Amino acid sequence: MVSYAVEVDGLRVVRGGREVVRDVTFQVPRGSVVGLLGPSGCGKTTLMRAVVGVQIVAGGTVTVLGHPAGSRALRRCVGYATQNPALYADLGVRENLRYFAAVLGAPRTDPDRVIEEVGLGDVRDQTAASLSGGQLHRASLAIALLGAPELLVLDEPTVGLDPVLRAELWELFHELAAREVTLLISSHVMDEAARCERLLLMREGRLLADDTPDALRARTGTEDLEDAFLRVIAGQERVA
Amino acid sequence: MSLTITFATMRRILAQLRHDRRTLGLLIAVPSVLMILLRYVLDAPGAFDRFGPILMGVFPFIVMFIVTSVGTLRERTSGTLERLMTTPLGKLDLLLGYALAFGVTALVQAAVVGTIALTWLGLDLRGPTWTLFLITLLDAWLGMALGLFASAFARTEFQAVQFMPAFALPQLLLAGLFVPRGQMSTVLQWAADVMPLSYAVEAMQELTRHSSVTGTLVRDVLVIAGCALLALVLGAATLRRRTG
Repeated sequence: MVSYAVEVDGLRVVRGGREVVRDVTFQVPRGSVVGLLGPSGCGKTTLMRAVVGVQIVAGGTVTVLGHPAGSRALRRCVGYATQNPALYADLGVRENLRYFAAVLGAPRTDPDRVIEEVGLGDVRDQTAASLSGGQLHRASLAIALLGAPELLVLDEPTVGLDPVLRAELWELFHELAAREVTLLISSHVMDEAARCERLLLMREGRLLADDTPDALRARTGTEDLEDAFLRVIAGQERVA
Repeated sequence: MSLTITFATMRRILAQLRHDRRTLGLLIAVPSVLMILLRYVLDAPGAFDRFGPILMGVFPFIVMFIVTSVGTLRERTSGTLERLMTTPLGKLDLLLGYALAFGVTALVQAAVVGTIALTWLGLDLRGPTWTLFLITLLDAWLGMALGLFASAFARTEFQAVQFMPAFALPQLLLAGLFVPRGQMSTVLQWAADVMPLSYAVEAMQELTRHSSVTGTLVRDVLVIAGCALLALVLGAATLRRRTG
């Protein structure tokens, strides 16, 4: 049994001649909910793409569940939901799920299970194109839940959702973590950060902090995570 | 590769077409109407017998080129391809899924257009009917494979659609449709010799002239199949698990 679900060591990614991930190193313990926070354009999505193994990297290593990221062995155990919902707009919600379930070799009952988990029962036969933004996000998230993923990489999964739905999804994430599923979730909403067991703070391609929310608050002497984040950044700039 | 995933992909693509009724209607109606037009424009004995089958061969090529280049470009830009690349789906599963789905579509198209041409329009085909369908199917696959390849070089759907005339029209001009290939300058003949559509047109011409399967026809079929396979390999090379 490997103790870390994700181990990133000295990762560097260059896109369009610019270094967008700069020497990032961290570990994600198994069965934990880790939040990846930072402003838009800080390299969160690129880092997540490197973890699921679809990003060309310039240096460093990414190890997922004991295998190099993107290995054949991982393709059934890593669920990935991109920031922009990735599904077939002209197909129904259930049709989309049935296709991805077949590709993943998931049980036939899985599409209905995940539809219930993300609360899309009412629109299961509607085409994806006819869904609202929030529903589309949940449909895309549902695809990542198919089968039995051991690691879920979710890029801004709660964007555009009302507070009730957001709370429900976070409940689902913690239920999954209780079943030993590891979750790496990006967000730019600070109140979601408090729901994570560990936080990774990113800015301009660098990892500024890798800590628990409580430790981060204690270290920066603030109650508010938003303030804590600001102080970390301010501290970093003084050093530089 | 896996048969389950290949067939699931085929069913998924056919379901997408089924949901898009207008595209489905156009796929069947446009070639039928053009065939009828051609018949009455070429209102001379024998002329329709000469050109009708050629149109039947060129149509699936053009249509499948457009449908595939736009379809795969959508997969690339909507993120579904990236998502699929994190799953056990192999590139071959995706390619064969497309080939099967569009192969079925091309055969349905050919069946409708062929029935209209052979009955109502009185097309006189000397060669066996099954070869007409075989060549139609191969032309469709050639169009599909080239469309897949071209989609890798398009950033937008506007660009993808314009690749069709870029790939198809020079081939059509050189294929011996307007001027027999033997009457063109040597340089143009060389160019025509390396263009797969020349062999598609030649194969259809053989069908209109001979009642048996000729050696030229067999060679043409092999060349078209080989080109389709080559284009598919090139297209496969443009599907990448990892991108920048």
